[in-house]
Amino acid sequence: MSQSISSPTGLASGLGGQGLREVIAILAVAVAVIGGGEALLRFFEVPQYVLPTPSAIGAVFASAEMPTILQHYGYTLVELFAGYAIGASIGLILAAVITQFPFVEKVITPYILLLVTTPMLALVPLLILNFGFGYTPRIIAVALASGPMVMINAATGFRRVDTMKISLARSYGASTLQIFTKIRAPMAMPMVIVGLMIGAIFGMITAVGAEMSGGGFGLGSRLTTYSSTLRMPEFFACILILAVTGITIYAFFFWLGKKLAGWES
Amino acid sequence: MQKTADKALNVRGATKVYGTASGGIHALKDVDLTVRQGEFISIVGPSGCGKTTLLWSIAGLHKLTSGAIALGDEFLTGPHPSIGMMFQEANLLPWRSIRRNIELPFEIRGRQPDLARIDRLLDRVGLGGFGDKMPRELSGGMQQRASIVRALASDPTVLLMDEPFGALDAFTRDEMNKLVEEIWLESRKTVILITHSIAEAVYLADKVYIMSARPGQIARVVDVPFARPRSLDLMETREFFDLVNLIKHDIQHQPKAALAAGGAA
Repeated sequence: MSQSISSPTGLASGLGGQGLREVIAILAVAVAVIGGGEALLRFFEVPQYVLPTPSAIGAVFASAEMPTILQHYGYTLVELFAGYAIGASIGLILAAVITQFPFVEKVITPYILLLVTTPMLALVPLLILNFGFGYTPRIIAVALASGPMVMINAATGFRRVDTMKISLARSYGASTLQIFTKIRAPMAMPMVIVGLMIGAIFGMITAVGAEMSGGGFGLGSRLTTYSSTLRMPEFFACILILAVTGITIYAFFFWLGKKLAGWES
Repeated sequence: MQKTADKALNVRGATKVYGTASGGIHALKDVDLTVRQGEFISIVGPSGCGKTTLLWSIAGLHKLTSGAIALGDEFLTGPHPSIGMMFQEANLLPWRSIRRNIELPFEIRGRQPDLARIDRLLDRVGLGGFGDKMPRELSGGMQQRASIVRALASDPTVLLMDEPFGALDAFTRDEMNKLVEEIWLESRKTVILITHSIAEAVYLADKVYIMSARPGQIARVVDVPFARPRSLDLMETREFFDLVNLIKHDIQHQPKAALAAGGAA
């Protein structure tokens, strides 16, 4: 079960290594979708509150609403970074430690799986009840969503032991700590990075979802506001910002993976 | 070149018993072995005769149940910087460049790598200019050359070779054997080679130790009379064939009594 959760490495297979031809084709698809969408929506005179045209969405970025949107985006990023920093650190440390103790690992893993599979968004109302409408419940939710994802993937990495490589280090008199830093950690790195990436994306989803449950600030709360007042261009502009954020997270970890774990591919 | 203090490797009464609950298995029983400084010996024997256990014990990777190992007048109780080890297959860390792989023993021991020596050795094994390549960019033979450099970089007194060329094709293996003899003639390390190839054992060694299984004991020592430097043509001579066949016969016709006694012990 943990295997299916922890092996999404295939995610990366479609990205990277695109040549000029592919890049041109990707841009052509974008032009076709945006241009075609614009033409179709105008031709059928679809009202903006049903589906806004790409040009109307684009216009939001130059509008007077943009500073507000960016301000709220800033709140979202604060929650994401704070919650992720806490969740990912705990997840990483826990993974590194418990994989050294098979008994502890076997006892703890079912609970981690429980955390992985529980939608943390469902806990947000409870967290708000306990911690009020500020940053705290959101940061906790982000940490709870990203931490277990990081942990379960990183643990898969740390469990990969190559006894020959450990014996090699031991034959030079390596200490337990040196075996960890020189052998176990680099070996775990590919899975650690996958875990960090999935954790960050889950964290973002949870941050936005938590903002939609109340509090009145953050990009998620903007989404609620815009949709309830039928300001669809602004609504879609926010969605676009979130999508780009997600892709940026993905691209960052893809780059990091190439840099730190490129030996595996 | 030769140090005045004699650094012979002495193994006395080496005994290793695995599993104590229901009558252990004697992987090694009272093995005595003396390798003079600068001598090249090989150890052959059937699978499970304890030759790897013996080698790993000398490397400090296994603890003997009883008995002692000494290098010169120093008893070995664990991994020792004067002992270099080559493992089955190259056992390079895939996330490190060739050069950084070779520097690993220095890093672990907290010493400055001897860069000039490493460069000289890389050139010597034909890997000059390959230092910055990653292991996967090198062929199996080249990887094993890199692991020779790693083992010799810190100028050990004793070199232990654990079936190092088993995974290589026959031609590459011959080539490696030639290289090992050349390097040995230049450096005069004390070498213990474990191998399944009797031809390799005879080609390289001054003495071939034949071990018997269960209990693992040294059954016979055969002197190899061929002059050095030896050439690969030696392997096609009558004398070479005869010696290889003699050893092969010896291994195949080990007294079955030894097996039975070992099983009962």
